[in-house]
Amino acid sequence: MSGEVRIEGLVKQFGDNTVLAGIDLELEPGERVAIIGPSGTGKSTLLRCLNFLDRPDAGRIAIGDLSVDAARASKADVLALRRRTGFVFQNYALFANKTARQNLMEGLTVVRGWSHEDAAAKADDILRQIGLGDRGDSYPAAMSGGQQQRVGIGRAMALDAELMLFDEPTSALDPEWVGEVLDLIRRIADGNQTMLIVTHEMQFAREIADRVIFMEGGRIVEQGPPSQIFGNAQDDRTRAFLRRVG
Amino acid sequence: MRALDLGYMLDLVPVILGYVPLTLFMAVVSMLAALVLASLLAIVRVQRLPVLDRVVALFISFFRGTPLLVQLFLFYFGLPQILPAMEGINGVSAAIFGLTLHFAAYMAESIRGAILGVDRSQWEAAQSIGMTQGQLLRRIILPQATRTVAPTLMNYFIDMIKGTSLAFTLGVTEMMGAAQKEAAGSFLYLEAYLIVAIFYWVIVETLSVGQRALETRLGKAVAR
Repeated sequence: MSGEVRIEGLVKQFGDNTVLAGIDLELEPGERVAIIGPSGTGKSTLLRCLNFLDRPDAGRIAIGDLSVDAARASKADVLALRRRTGFVFQNYALFANKTARQNLMEGLTVVRGWSHEDAAAKADDILRQIGLGDRGDSYPAAMSGGQQQRVGIGRAMALDAELMLFDEPTSALDPEWVGEVLDLIRRIADGNQTMLIVTHEMQFAREIADRVIFMEGGRIVEQGPPSQIFGNAQDDRTRAFLRRVG
Repeated sequence: MRALDLGYMLDLVPVILGYVPLTLFMAVVSMLAALVLASLLAIVRVQRLPVLDRVVALFISFFRGTPLLVQLFLFYFGLPQILPAMEGINGVSAAIFGLTLHFAAYMAESIRGAILGVDRSQWEAAQSIGMTQGQLLRRIILPQATRTVAPTLMNYFIDMIKGTSLAFTLGVTEMMGAAQKEAAGSFLYLEAYLIVAIFYWVIVETLSVGQRALETRLGKAVAR
């Protein structure tokens, strides 16, 4: 499933520190947008504000036909936003007391009200898609980092979110597991899924994204197709950053 | 000095045994009630519900700050003097009431600690898939907190079983009360109190075996 996303004037402050200084961003259905930039520039906060893991101070978030005014969002608004977004965490954040299959089923049975049978069938289908068809009964503690992150992605997939949010999905992984997780994200991207990815993997951003956004100091400094950002960046700050990481 | 009257002790075994059910009844009922109450108190504290949070803090402070025996006397002898509803409260009820509130206060703090000890990412993951606060507590946080707090709660349960012996001061004939009566009649205090001590000891040790089994079961999600 895929939705149109429109973000207007999103502001987030932690005390006196302005982390997001008014972000405007639109995503077309099925569009894949990668966000790059130095640490501490609000990339993750932007993602976390979109589903209210961090509560934005001002701005408007619209996903599909749902539009929420951040400053006066009710509990119901927040839940509605969360039910339209899937979130993949840097540290996987699998439910430690649930097996891989139960991790995938949880949102379906508890949030969506699916029957146990339907949810289990869908979970098993996704487990096969993420290459873990035989690990459904494993608890997170018994899985490798790469496997855990694939389950983390599967948990977000299970809800058929209109917008998938990836918060540095490979940053906590040992190098040997990065490849399998990126492969999985590529496959989801091929399925016409609208996604917003914060990543430090420049090569990955270049090949998967329709559009790359460079953020610094809580603002979008520059954006464009990967070829432009990586090949012909206009802003000095973008070029300086790419030189450092490149 | 005299020899221990083992024959008398053996004679007391069936007598004391007859009161084991009442002791266990008081302990189990108090424990279950305390668990429910303590969980509610802990959630109020964790969620920092306005006003209620203050009330609960005061409740916990009072019941942790005063002796159990004093609390039992308050419920049995004191409060009925001003509260008509409590007039004629029997000793067993008063003991269960007192044990529940007393231990709930302690357990609430342990449960609160265990809830706050669950990694923040577990809360966020549950929120991210759209769970309500109640769903995430019930489905994700409390089960994980239970695993960490189980040994502590078991300790409170053990303490509670022994705490039921104070009910004899409210005129309840439970294990301790029965031993007390026997000793008063036979003057064989050592035998009577020794046999009741052994009874408590055996009950607690039996529970400890159960505790280890329970912890193995609860620990299976983290076992590699």
